[in-house]
Formats: sequence, C-alpha cells, structure tokens
Amino acid sequence: MKALRFIVITAGLILIWQVIVWLTAVPPYILPGPMAAAAAWVSNAESLVFHASVTALEIVLGLIAGTVLGASSAIAIILFRPARQWLLPVLVTSQAIPVFAIAPILVLWLGFGIPSKVAMATLIIYFPVAASFLDGLRRTEPGWLDLALTMTGKPRRFRTLIHIRIPAALPSLASGIRVAAAVAPIGAVVGEWVGAGAGLGYLMLHASGRVQIDLMFAALASLTFVALIFYFAVDWGLRRALPWQPDQFISNNSED
Amino acid sequence: MVESQIIPDPKSELPATGNGRGIAIGKTDSLGITVDSASFSYAGLTLFRNLNATFEAGQTTCLLGTSGIGKSSLLRLIAGLVRPTSGHVLGSDGEPLSGRIAYMDQRDLLMPWKSVINNVVLGARLRGTSPDFGRAHEMLRAVGLADKIHARPAQLSSGQRQRVALARTLMEDRPIVLMDEPFSALDALTRHHIQALAANLLRGRTVVLVTHDPQEALRIGDQIRILKGSPATLGDPIIAPGATPRDPIDPVINTLHHELLAALGVSNSPDNDFETGAAL
Repeated sequence: MKALRFIVITAGLILIWQVIVWLTAVPPYILPGPMAAAAAWVSNAESLVFHASVTALEIVLGLIAGTVLGASSAIAIILFRPARQWLLPVLVTSQAIPVFAIAPILVLWLGFGIPSKVAMATLIIYFPVAASFLDGLRRTEPGWLDLALTMTGKPRRFRTLIHIRIPAALPSLASGIRVAAAVAPIGAVVGEWVGAGAGLGYLMLHASGRVQIDLMFAALASLTFVALIFYFAVDWGLRRALPWQPDQFISNNSED
Repeated sequence: MVESQIIPDPKSELPATGNGRGIAIGKTDSLGITVDSASFSYAGLTLFRNLNATFEAGQTTCLLGTSGIGKSSLLRLIAGLVRPTSGHVLGSDGEPLSGRIAYMDQRDLLMPWKSVINNVVLGARLRGTSPDFGRAHEMLRAVGLADKIHARPAQLSSGQRQRVALARTLMEDRPIVLMDEPFSALDALTRHHIQALAANLLRGRTVVLVTHDPQEALRIGDQIRILKGSPATLGDPIIAPGATPRDPIDPVINTLHHELLAALGVSNSPDNDFETGAAL
C-alpha cells in the first residue's frame, strides 16, 4: 500500500510536469519535459551515478559528523555547568549565521574537494541535532530522577545520565536526526555550487553553463532520489533502533 | 538493633494469593525513622512546622490524610528528595537515612527501554556495582513474574508493571521502604492481590506507606497515622487487630474503616465529633 502510494504520487507529479510542458509550450531550454530529462538521464547514467555517489558520500559524512558533534554538545551542556554558559551561545550563533554566507569561506579554507561540503552539511545539521537532543535531556521524567537518587543515596550525575537521561532522550535525538537527514542535502549541494569538481550540485551548474537543461533536470531528479532514499533509510533505522518508542503515526494507520 | 532473620524462599510460588505468611526476601537490620522538629514549605504554604514523629522499626505505618495535606511531602522528606527548611530526618540510630531507603511511587517508573530484569537491577547499575541477576530472578519469582524477565514494560499489564516495581524495590534490600500511594492506579481486584503480596514481602522492614484509602491502610498497616491540619501534625498510631494483610470484610475492620473515614472528614453522619478542619 505504501509502495503503491509512492508510485502514484511520483507518477502524478511527472504527469503534472508533462501537462505544464504541453499547456505552456515552453521551449525545452527553459523547461524540458520528463521524457527529455529521462533520455538525458539514460545517456549520462554513468556520470550521474558518479556525481550522485559523491553527493551521497558528502551527505553521509556530514550527517555522521553533525550528529556526533551535536549530540556530544548536548551532553556536554547537560553535564557541565561551564559548558552550558559557553556552548549554548555557540549553538545559537551556529544557527544565526546563514550557511550560504559562509560557504565561500569554507571552500576557501577546505578546498574544492569533499571536506568543504562535509563541513557545510555538518554545520547545517549540528543545530537541529543538538537542540532536539538537549531538549530531550532536559525533560527527563522527574520521577525517574527521584528514584535514581533514592537508589544511589547521593547524586550520581554521570551514571544517571548513561542509564536514564540519555536513553530517555533518544526519541528526541531521533527527531533531530530525521530533520538533519532532510536538510543535509542542502548543505552538500550549496557547497558544490560554490566550488567543486564533482557532485550533483556541480553537475547542475556545469550543465547549466552548457545549456544542457535536460541534464540539469536529470541531475535534479537524481538529487531528489538520493535525498528521499536517505531520509527513509534514516527513518527506518531509527524506528528499528528505538523499538520501545510508541509510534502513534503507524498505529493509527495500521489498518492500511 | 534487632536482627530480623529472613530466609529467601525460591519456591514461594503464587504469592498473590496472600496466604504465604512470613515471606520476606533478603536480610535487613531494623531501623526506625525519627523526624526531629522538621519544617517544610512548598509553594509558599507551610506544610510542616517543627513536626516531630517517629516511625517504629520493622512496622508498616500507613499515612492517611486528605489530598494536599502533605503526605507525599513527608515521604519525600524522609526519602531525602527534599530537605526540611529546619530540623532533621534521621534513622533511629541517629545517622542520616540516605542510601538506606527504597522508594516506590504511584507510577511504576519502569524504564521502557529496559527489559523487566534490567529494570529490577537498575539500582546496581546506577551505583556502578555489578548486578546480582540471581537475586533479581528471585525477586521476580516472588512477585510471580518469573516468566516475564525479558519482557519490555509495555508488554505488561499495569498490575504486572507495579509488581515489577515492587520487585525492584525489594531488590534494593533496604531496611526502610517508602511507598507513595503505590497501588492507587490499579483496579480493585489487582490492588487487593498486590496489597497482600506487598504485606507479605515487606514484613520485617520499616515501611511508610502513603495512601488516601482507609481500607488499604487497614489491610496492610501495622499502624495507621492520620496527617491533618495546616501546618500538618501526625495523629497517634491507630492499631487494628490481627495480622496483615487483613480482611476488609471483617466487621471490626469495617467499623474501623468508618471511624477512619469520619476522622478524615468524609463521613456525613450528624454525630461526627471528629475534627474535620484538614479537609481543604
């Protein structure tokens, strides 16, 4: 049912695309039809797969780095009082500076290769992960903490964190990672636009310069595909990792 | 100090029937509780002013009172979860109670990500000692859940979850057990069973159990004390006849039940001469 719905939605969007091309009769160098894009995809398959794999690698590395950094910042903020005063402003500042604005600087520092794109993705992911995990860590059920205190006799911050607060906050971390998985491609592609030798963003700019508009759309479709695969893989993995987390969304639709 | 010798009985099955007299698990030194002119305010309201009270070692004391009177606050004071603004709460040996109490809440407070057995050994994990899984098994057998050790809390009924919480409380093997309305969220039948189970398993320990239900107090309390007034004071111990768990249908118990209700200001009988000021 889920797969069928996915196919219907995809087919519907492609149909709308085709209908717009027919109705407006725009020239193919403005908006090529889906058939033209598909043809471009097939004739450039090898190149597209290569560039898509570069972008996918950037997203994966960025997601890992951003999650590790964001999660450890949240834990540090909870665990150490000085960290709260020093890291919280960093957290907010990291979000106040638009990633787009520092992309050229990152490319200047880290070069045209993968590292600058990973840094972009990391920066864009860092905040949602840190903020949602921190939120979860702050809202531990007070009854659990009281219970822990009666068991230990004196406060055991570290062990309480390991055995109660972190596991209790994992569902919040998971929602942060879901958001991260959805926005990570933005970081990677923006990095590629600013300066790169490979990746789908690079390929789109390159094709645009040569007026290969059908290839641009083929690259865009590939990017969408990579981003979707990514999001659903992360979502599936998180569900498997947190089986105790009640999933209202699924249970409401269980009759499907 | 009295040494109460209690033998773990691995064959104690079907504890919920309530006829297994004298089953208690673990070995513990009796320790009473002394509340020494403790004052405590919560949200601008003075709940206790120079409150003095002693809870006898090895006895189950049920604390009764209307809601908002400070029953839970008194329990939290004893548990060390809040500090009195003045005065002390100490053991009958004059030492602080921290590390010598086990606490059980109205909610089971089981961690949903841990299996039943891992919930039972939570205390050892938090203290950084290696958990005694053999003993944890024993505790779960004692509460009749030996077949559920690997289940997740979400797979259990509310009565079963509260029995796991009881096993976790017993696992701590503390001389003092503090219980805050531990059975009030359960249905009547489950509550009846688990009361008997708790009365048997906790025998020999110093138990302070907060409840709003006079019937529960009569069923499992060696002593019943009523908390009333603002700031609250503790009434003299009321001792019902017979051993716990008592039968609520017993006419003597039933009469006491009515008297307790009257003392709590619940009765609407015209010849009620008990003070009812505590009922806010």
